[in-house]
Amino acid sequence: MTVHTSRSPGPDAAGDGAGRRGTGRGTDPGTGRGAARGKGRGSGPGADRGSGRGAGRSAGQGAGRGSGAPAGRLRRAVTTHWYAWAMVAPVVAVIGVIIGYPLVRGVYLSLTDADERNVERSIGVNHLPATYEFVGLDNYADALTGSQFLSTLGWTLVWTVSCVGVTFALGLGLANMLNRRIAGRSVYRMLLILPWAVPGFVSVFAWRFLYNEDRGFLNRLLAGGGIDAVPWLNDPTWAKFSVIAVNVWLGVPFMMVALLGGLQSIPGELYEAAEMDGAGAWQRFRHITMPGLRAVSTTVVLLSTIWTFNMFPVIFLLTRGGPGEATQILVTQAYKFSFEISPRDFAQSSTWGVLILVLLMLFAAVYRRVLVKQGDTW
Amino acid sequence: MRRGITATALAATLALAATACGGDGDSGGGGSAGGELSGTVTWWDTSTVGSEDKVFKKLAEGFTKQHPKVKVNYVNVPFGEAQNKFKNAAQSGSGAPDVIRSEVAWTPEFADLGYLAPLDGTPALKDDADFLPQAAASTKYDDKTYAVPQVIDSMGIFYNKKIFKDAGVEVPTNIGELKSVSKQIKDRTGKTGLYLRGDDAYWFLSFLYGEGGDLVDAGAKKVTVDDAAGVKAMTVVKDLVDSGAATTDATDGWENMQAAFRDGKVAMIINGPWAVADTYTGAQFKDKANLGIAPVPAGSAAQGAPQGGHNLAVYAGSKNLNASYAFAEYMTSAESQATVAKELSLLPTRNSVYARPEVADNEIVGFFKPVVDKAVERPWIPETGSLFAPLVTEYTKVLTGQTTPRKGVEATGDSYRDLLKDWK
Repeated sequence: MTVHTSRSPGPDAAGDGAGRRGTGRGTDPGTGRGAARGKGRGSGPGADRGSGRGAGRSAGQGAGRGSGAPAGRLRRAVTTHWYAWAMVAPVVAVIGVIIGYPLVRGVYLSLTDADERNVERSIGVNHLPATYEFVGLDNYADALTGSQFLSTLGWTLVWTVSCVGVTFALGLGLANMLNRRIAGRSVYRMLLILPWAVPGFVSVFAWRFLYNEDRGFLNRLLAGGGIDAVPWLNDPTWAKFSVIAVNVWLGVPFMMVALLGGLQSIPGELYEAAEMDGAGAWQRFRHITMPGLRAVSTTVVLLSTIWTFNMFPVIFLLTRGGPGEATQILVTQAYKFSFEISPRDFAQSSTWGVLILVLLMLFAAVYRRVLVKQGDTW
Repeated sequence: MRRGITATALAATLALAATACGGDGDSGGGGSAGGELSGTVTWWDTSTVGSEDKVFKKLAEGFTKQHPKVKVNYVNVPFGEAQNKFKNAAQSGSGAPDVIRSEVAWTPEFADLGYLAPLDGTPALKDDADFLPQAAASTKYDDKTYAVPQVIDSMGIFYNKKIFKDAGVEVPTNIGELKSVSKQIKDRTGKTGLYLRGDDAYWFLSFLYGEGGDLVDAGAKKVTVDDAAGVKAMTVVKDLVDSGAATTDATDGWENMQAAFRDGKVAMIINGPWAVADTYTGAQFKDKANLGIAPVPAGSAAQGAPQGGHNLAVYAGSKNLNASYAFAEYMTSAESQATVAKELSLLPTRNSVYARPEVADNEIVGFFKPVVDKAVERPWIPETGSLFAPLVTEYTKVLTGQTTPRKGVEATGDSYRDLLKDWK
């Protein structure tokens, strides 16, 4: 919405804003609300802007007249749609409680020095009040200037890019293969979706057994071929490889199914026409398949990036971030601050959580901007 | 009309959900009606599943024989998770047990956080003059007693006598011998000498003490892990792994260590009495006499293993405090300790129990008692339980070659100074 507002002609928008602010300071609170509503729907057609400007003018002329129209509309909206509002209210309340409150609380904790020893505790008859203090942005300064956050972020980016890249490539390859008419196609499709059907923690535990250096299946297999045992989870570099491999294994089914859906929505006539024109297999893939998958692939890449960036179970259950801190990503480190070290550092954990949120929001905004620039309506 | 019904149904569902959320709070309803204890006591045990837990469960449920109206709810929580699980439950005030088997280093921390009920003057402490002084030390915090000592332990070398015989070697007494013995075992039998746990820094302590170091000096309020002895100890463990004398893992250390030793793939492990029952379940130790135990190898400066053990502590928010006190007393009584020592070879915390014939005859107990007497006592400050998290990260990093011994202990020391405000 903000994008559209900023696109409106300069002087007009400025006058508009000033007018609204003037009204907001006016005596009649109803006008302020009306104006705010106008602003909230800023992307709408001219009529909306008009009402905002009307309110602006009214600030000079007389607050009463200008406020009548928006307030009336509000009342009309309430009288005609009261039932819809009533139905939506529980959802809004629930979301406010389960998402809004923890979010606000997390942001607040990140601005304090809260840890296990100074938060409020109530144990039987003992009641210990909270004694933590507001420390402003100190936690953020510490996180961003220290080496730990940046080095963890570096590995988190490597992890995210390689997981999403490999998963997408494999998913695309498999989807293309399974989109052809081959014998037993539906069986293959079913089998390839299996990793997705098994609960994540079960498959991660299974992989942990497979990776065991002395007793694991993978090393026994290698020993059969006369190859020395590989320290899958005990060597920092191998551990990085191993966690990425498991996440790719878990992520491919989703990619494949999504891309297969995309492939099936590309009309067959396009390929036929291209073949008539003498286009080769690569040309057909490059100029029909890829553009045809664009809408699906942009969405799955965005989703997959966000999921992988915050892929807690794979790292936590496979290596707990180890050996040392070699595979620690931002979320597992934030968990460690809050639950594994003692005294538990709630403030630092929240700080990392907020930074993760900000990073992902930045990523989504930039990603979307790039798509919009390339002419996608998203 | 239909709309009205939907709206009512919705409201009813919400109301139901709300009441369902509010409806917990079992375990209570106890106390001593007319002097007789009743209600439920939930006990979180942390003993090894598959060997120790059966004995403790049976023993705990025997409490009902003395107090027929009390129901004992035995819950086994894996040792590695118990500290965090208890903290979560204790802080939120829901789901916490009445009695917890608290490791010695956890006890001052829980007490400092206000989670434990002080036991002075309660029935939980009976004949407390009988307790070994070093076992009782970890239960005191801020001049109050917050737990009852249940078992005490230390560490030694567990070795497979048959492999040693096959290789024709004697038990090593210091690090140098440990290396040469391991090499001979490798050459003559193809087995690895030692399994060194790389994912738990508790197993590093005997090497640190061997070089004359310690984590902190609580008397002088000084962090000592990063002094010369600390660097030396890290160098020693790194060299053991690099030279092939020892094998290690960065994950699943306990399972891998026990499996490798039980199956006769390694000749030695460093471990404590808590591992005896599990070790006896292995194919190599069907004949219990095959298990040999010796003191930990000495370093260049000293020989020492950490003193550990477990206490029973009562949760301050327990709804059934009286029965919990009685339960803690029952579990740490001389009779109960004798049963545990006899069946699991765990060391009693009461002086009088060692004199009983069934305990005096136990070889493992007989070996460990002098070790415990000489074991290095850790400072019982609330932060003692917090010292391992930073150390294990660096310890694993050193063993896997991600940092040098010096940088490893320096990073550990820095985190200790953050943790222990105003320490040198």
